[in-house]
Amino acid sequence: MSTIDALTAAGSPAPAFREGRRELVEARTVGGRPGWRVPLPRPVRRLAGPVLLVVIWQLLGSLGVVSDAVLAPPSAVLAAGWDLASTGELSANLVASLVRAADGLAIGVTVGLALAVLAGLFRLGEDLLDSTMQILRALPVLGLVPLVIIWFGVGEVPKVALVVFATLFPVYINTYAAIRGVDNRLVESGRAFGLGRLGLVRHVILPGAVPGFLVGLRYALTTSWLVLVIAEQLNATTGVGYLMNEAQTWNRTDIIVLGLLIYGVLGLASDALVRLLERRLLVWRRGFGGA
Amino acid sequence: MTTTTTPAVRVTGLRRAYGEREVLAGLDLEIAPGEFVALLGRSGSGKSTMLRALAGLDPDYAGSVLVAPRRAVVFQEPRLQPWKRVVDNVAIGLPGRDARSRARQALAEVGLAGHERAWPATLSGGEAQRAALARALVREPDLLLLDEPFGALDALTRIRMHALLRQLCARHRPAVLLVTHDVDEAIMLADRITVLGEDGRLGSDVPVRLAGPRQRDTTEFGALRAHLLTELGVTESE
Repeated sequence: MSTIDALTAAGSPAPAFREGRRELVEARTVGGRPGWRVPLPRPVRRLAGPVLLVVIWQLLGSLGVVSDAVLAPPSAVLAAGWDLASTGELSANLVASLVRAADGLAIGVTVGLALAVLAGLFRLGEDLLDSTMQILRALPVLGLVPLVIIWFGVGEVPKVALVVFATLFPVYINTYAAIRGVDNRLVESGRAFGLGRLGLVRHVILPGAVPGFLVGLRYALTTSWLVLVIAEQLNATTGVGYLMNEAQTWNRTDIIVLGLLIYGVLGLASDALVRLLERRLLVWRRGFGGA
Repeated sequence: MTTTTTPAVRVTGLRRAYGEREVLAGLDLEIAPGEFVALLGRSGSGKSTMLRALAGLDPDYAGSVLVAPRRAVVFQEPRLQPWKRVVDNVAIGLPGRDARSRARQALAEVGLAGHERAWPATLSGGEAQRAALARALVREPDLLLLDEPFGALDALTRIRMHALLRQLCARHRPAVLLVTHDVDEAIMLADRITVLGEDGRLGSDVPVRLAGPRQRDTTEFGALRAHLLTELGVTESE
């Protein structure tokens, strides 16, 4: 009996298969086979790319394809790092950079947060602050360098000031938007259950703005290092940027690459820090039954 | 209904317009203490507008809306603060040091004992709405306002929630205004059903007198349903 006959014959059961193979197949094999898998743990596989890159880079240097004057190989970078570390030069400069970033961030984040709360909670605050902030944030931070030097000279202050300026806006913009974006139905429900203005701010609006604040904080951390790279190459006598600037004078590409690596590690570390904060502050999002 | 006791709700000449459109065009409603009233209406008929006025969430009405000062609302969505554990959601805005322990009791009463420290995001729809019910009941309201509280739940959960609500109301005896578009739900739960028409006025006011436990398959139930559906402008064959 053909398929068509089976379909049209009244009373006869419908055929399980219209055409092709006539046996049942395991569900998970239908629609493409699972891909070929390397029996290696995932972290190892993810590390393979960077490791390969470093190996190639080293080979290019060792084989003399790329000279030290253009780009020092990883071994030279490590050696430079060891040298600078043993003289204490590295840690001194690293600490100088960290202190600048920390000072700038502490001031920038605090001011940005305070302004965001004022503009977010009060109509008057919004009218007075928000348009100003929106204009100022459009200014390129690095364009301020000449002005900052005229105002604050060449000491620590201009460097910290640049970090403040660069970190204030991401925190302000994101926190302000988050405060304004808190679900009005939650505010209403808080109100219906007896929360006053202060209670609403404390129990509904500020907790609701935390995710946005953390986004701003993450931007702020990244930007702080970015600004510091430039700031420390201007009239500085300490800092990772200063180290790199000095190295440029002597054509020491090993130290320059070392500086870049340090900035990279600092960037990664600050990202990890925010992620740790997120894990702490946003448990409710991940839906843990209780830690 | 005795008129000597102070009612839990006395609404006279309630009007509310959004721009040109008058949603509520002069309503009168009285709810006695402990009475369960269902307000039926099509979607967009202004049911929720009325409830919001009673809840104190909408000050822009005209007319007089007098309510018992202790009132609590259950919204269609649970509206739990996602960043507060369930017990803290129930205790939100509660004064006193024993707020948490009272919240815990209320949670046990709605069958959520053991979920006190859960985050709202981990609750099922029915559990979240139970928590919302606990948040309302812990305030020991004289007036309980329910804005289609079971509308977003699946049919099986809804049946269990009806039973729970009946049980809780029998124990705490608040006056209840249930806003719903579900005729069966209104008949199952209410002492009295009133219909909000498209014209923004209240239509018929029907006492529900069904003997014994209410069942959908009795003739009285069917007759009442048919009557209310007609009032709403629908026929059962539609």
